[in-house]
Amino acid sequence: MKVIVCIKQVPDTTNVRINPETNTLVREGVQSIINPFDCYALEEGIRIREKHGGTVTVLTMGPPQAAEALREAISLGADEAVLVSDRAFAGADTLATAYTLAAAIRKLAGAPEGTPEGTPEGTPEGAPLGSGADIILMGRQAIDGDTGQVGPGVAENLGIPHITDIRKIEEIAGSRIVVERLLEEGYARLATSLPVVLTVVKEINEPRLPSLKGKLAARKKEIPVLKAAELEADPERFGLVGSPTQVMKIFTPPKPSGGKKFTGEPSETVGALLAELASAGISIRKK
Amino acid sequence: MNYFLTDDQKMIRDLAAQIAREKIAPIVAELDETGEFPWDVVKTLAQSDLFRVFIPSEYEGLGGGIFEMCIVVEELSRVCGGIALSYAASGLGTIPIILFGTEEQKKKYLPRLAAGEILAAFGLTEPNAGSDAAGIKTTAKPDGDSYVLNGTKQWITNGGEASIYTVVALTDPARGVRGSSTILVEKDTPGFTFGKKENKMGIRASATRELVFQDCRVPKTNILGKEGMGFLIAMRTLDQSRPGVASQAVGIAQGALDKALAYAHERHQFGKPISSFQGMQFLLADMATQVEAARALTYAAARSIDSGEKDVSKVSAMAKVFASDTAMKVTTDAVQVFGGYGYMKEYPVEKMMRDAKITQIYEGTNQIQREVIALNLIKEHVRAKK
Repeated sequence: MKVIVCIKQVPDTTNVRINPETNTLVREGVQSIINPFDCYALEEGIRIREKHGGTVTVLTMGPPQAAEALREAISLGADEAVLVSDRAFAGADTLATAYTLAAAIRKLAGAPEGTPEGTPEGTPEGAPLGSGADIILMGRQAIDGDTGQVGPGVAENLGIPHITDIRKIEEIAGSRIVVERLLEEGYARLATSLPVVLTVVKEINEPRLPSLKGKLAARKKEIPVLKAAELEADPERFGLVGSPTQVMKIFTPPKPSGGKKFTGEPSETVGALLAELASAGISIRKK
Repeated sequence: MNYFLTDDQKMIRDLAAQIAREKIAPIVAELDETGEFPWDVVKTLAQSDLFRVFIPSEYEGLGGGIFEMCIVVEELSRVCGGIALSYAASGLGTIPIILFGTEEQKKKYLPRLAAGEILAAFGLTEPNAGSDAAGIKTTAKPDGDSYVLNGTKQWITNGGEASIYTVVALTDPARGVRGSSTILVEKDTPGFTFGKKENKMGIRASATRELVFQDCRVPKTNILGKEGMGFLIAMRTLDQSRPGVASQAVGIAQGALDKALAYAHERHQFGKPISSFQGMQFLLADMATQVEAARALTYAAARSIDSGEKDVSKVSAMAKVFASDTAMKVTTDAVQVFGGYGYMKEYPVEKMMRDAKITQIYEGTNQIQREVIALNLIKEHVRAKK
């Protein structure tokens, strides 16, 4: 089983601040971590390898320092790591990120069997994926952007199925996979074919801690860097140029102030609340 | 303080600290109450390769020594001295195999111990042979290709949980301690059973039980070294393992200091944090100074051993005495810093005080250690005069 885990290096959000003048995250002095949801994806990837054999490759798109996140992933048990890094990728929104990651995965997966040398003209969407990627895992969302769009975006670009919010991989048999997808109330049991993109929720497992052997391996690991020119893709769709979304403003919402507390027995407070709402012109209709 | 740790040693320390923080801290109070053996933590330590650090690389270890083991014990003890003991005691049971095992014995046991698949234990103490370890009564009678063990070992850490026991027994009772041998006994050997689990004052997450041998037959190939070397092997082993106890003591003391400092900073009396009062400051300053001195001596002892120095009994005993006395004093003072809260089980320091006490007692009481130190001093003096 060839597993690719896409991870993102994010600021540790327990102490995120925003510069009110530039509306950007203050990165100075903030520790970078692997997006916590991606840690569950990595752990699941390692468990798939432990059960079915194969390899786990971690992939991230980011600046050169994102290699640190990849090293951490190696210390946690990944076999290989690839950094997708180029100035051309900077400023990517989720669309451009998904496009770029898909191109990188296509590259890692190798050429599909039976296709002649070389790649199709222009952009390779829809072309079959090589055998180097059976399962592509990632966290359900990154804790900095919180969009949850990159997983499905990657799958669309690769022309393969995706299932989001996986809480359990029930079975992998041949090229068929059965999973449980977390829903608001309960879960759905779904089956699909490989290759597939899965995004995971934290209920799926409890990630292990790093091992000393892993840390020693991570220290020595050569991490190849994939540049824009090495990807079979349309450069117009990379980075800022390929990003229709523009961030107008990032701000810390003001803390809610005022408000009124109703304390006491519900039999009294509910009536008082309704009266207050009615006096403010808000009516509650009875069903 | 810079103790000139290598990058590998820092890596070991940081990982042990991470495990202590993330996996041990949340369950410390519960295990102290229930006395349940921390198998989940042992599995985590195994998965993170921490059992490999002091085992030679030929046997799937990471090739470190006593110093590496001490770093791990210290970091774990900072959060729970009881859980740290389960790790350290497996080390104690493993050391004689590393020092005196045949190639075959090492190949059989060390890789599994390194992987943390199994734990080891060391059996010397008996009901009537504590400080007077030479007074052991357990016998291992040679009989054909076997030894037949009879007797009882007392207060054996990891008893019942470990899979391999290094047991000191008399193969030739007529010769007394000179007729003692160290023999490997595997759990589940017929005739080998365990007594009740002791209900202890501290280090409650660790398992302490009797080993009971009734016509327990093991192959003669299970002997470590030669017949008659039992007591020597035990003493050499304890010389190497005592810095581990010292590290446990340093860790417990550091943990208590951490808690006391944080508390003194946030606890307000007379409108000020109590850390602003000189009485409290002097107390904290002395605690910190003593912990640092204990750590420095412990590290020095561990490094002396790893450097291959021959006679380490004295420095090893010094580290054990000083660090354990420090742990007792510092944890008692930590309870004092917490005042009435310190006496309550809802707060963490009374447990540390209970845990600290045993470090003055086991692996040779501090009185015996002082005797070892003094005898070595006199020996050195006489030798220098010649």
